[in-house]
Amino acid sequence: MAMQTKSGQSGAGDATKHWWTLRLTAVALVPLAVWFVASLVALAGADYPTMIAWVSNPFVTVLLLSMLVSLFYHLRLGLQEIVEDYVHARRAKIVLSVALTFGCFLLAMATIAAVLKIAIGS
Amino acid sequence: MSMDENNRPLSPHLQIYRWQLHMVMSILHRATGVALGLGTIFLTWWLMALAAGPSAYETFTTVASSMVGQIILFGFSYGLFYHLLNGIRHLYWDAGQGFEPATVRLTGQLIMVISFAATVGTWLAAYYLLGTL
Ligand code: HEM
Repeated sequence: MAMQTKSGQSGAGDATKHWWTLRLTAVALVPLAVWFVASLVALAGADYPTMIAWVSNPFVTVLLLSMLVSLFYHLRLGLQEIVEDYVHARRAKIVLSVALTFGCFLLAMATIAAVLKIAIGS
Repeated sequence: MSMDENNRPLSPHLQIYRWQLHMVMSILHRATGVALGLGTIFLTWWLMALAAGPSAYETFTTVASSMVGQIILFGFSYGLFYHLLNGIRHLYWDAGQGFEPATVRLTGQLIMVISFAATVGTWLAAYYLLGTL
């Protein structure tokens, strides 16, 4: 029974889940982002074969995919929060939310497909 | 006379300063979140180029290692460190901790310093490993 508020936001249950998932992805991103930055520093100046070998390492593949899922999920929820703060016209809010969701989804799929292609193809 | 001057109320100043730091940091969390969101386009290009092959990857590295590319990447790295550290502070607040004004000020100042130091340290380490430093 999804409740609709006057402004077209979803009901209290969804808001709680949204709040919680934004924080859950934030917690996941702390170690993943630190690992990612440290890896890039260690890879500074690496050539193409080295980068491919790095992404193909099973541990790296799993961590990269985990980071990408958390990151785009977190981004989508964060942007949603900003839209809800600043955009009050109902139609504009819905159009913008849908566009941002599609954008995040598309980038998530592109990065995940790229990592999988490298990991499986080499 | 000098006693009087020492005892002049400072609180309005301190309150304005504290409020400003807090305001700036709150806006910066949102701004870095949006900036990092735009940065994911760069991240996507990097991974897609890597998957596409050596020549596509070379186009990416040419741009990324150019002066403009390095400045943009420096900006993203600062945004990430700031957002990450302030994000931890947000989570700490969500757990109902660290609300005392003195603690808020201290953690805020620590984040301003550490995020900058971590960014510079990261880039120094990268350039050192590259052998260009
Ligand atoms: C690296 C670890 C990260 C942590 C610990 C973290 C933490 C957080 C937290 C706690 C919030 C909620 C703030 C609030 O209550 O207003 C938040 C918001 C947000 N985050 Fe992150 N985040 C991280 C990474 C990222 C990344 C990589 C992106 C972008 C790709 C991002 C984009 C956003 C956006 C757009 C918001 C909404 C800002 C707002 O509502 O003002 N975050 N983040």
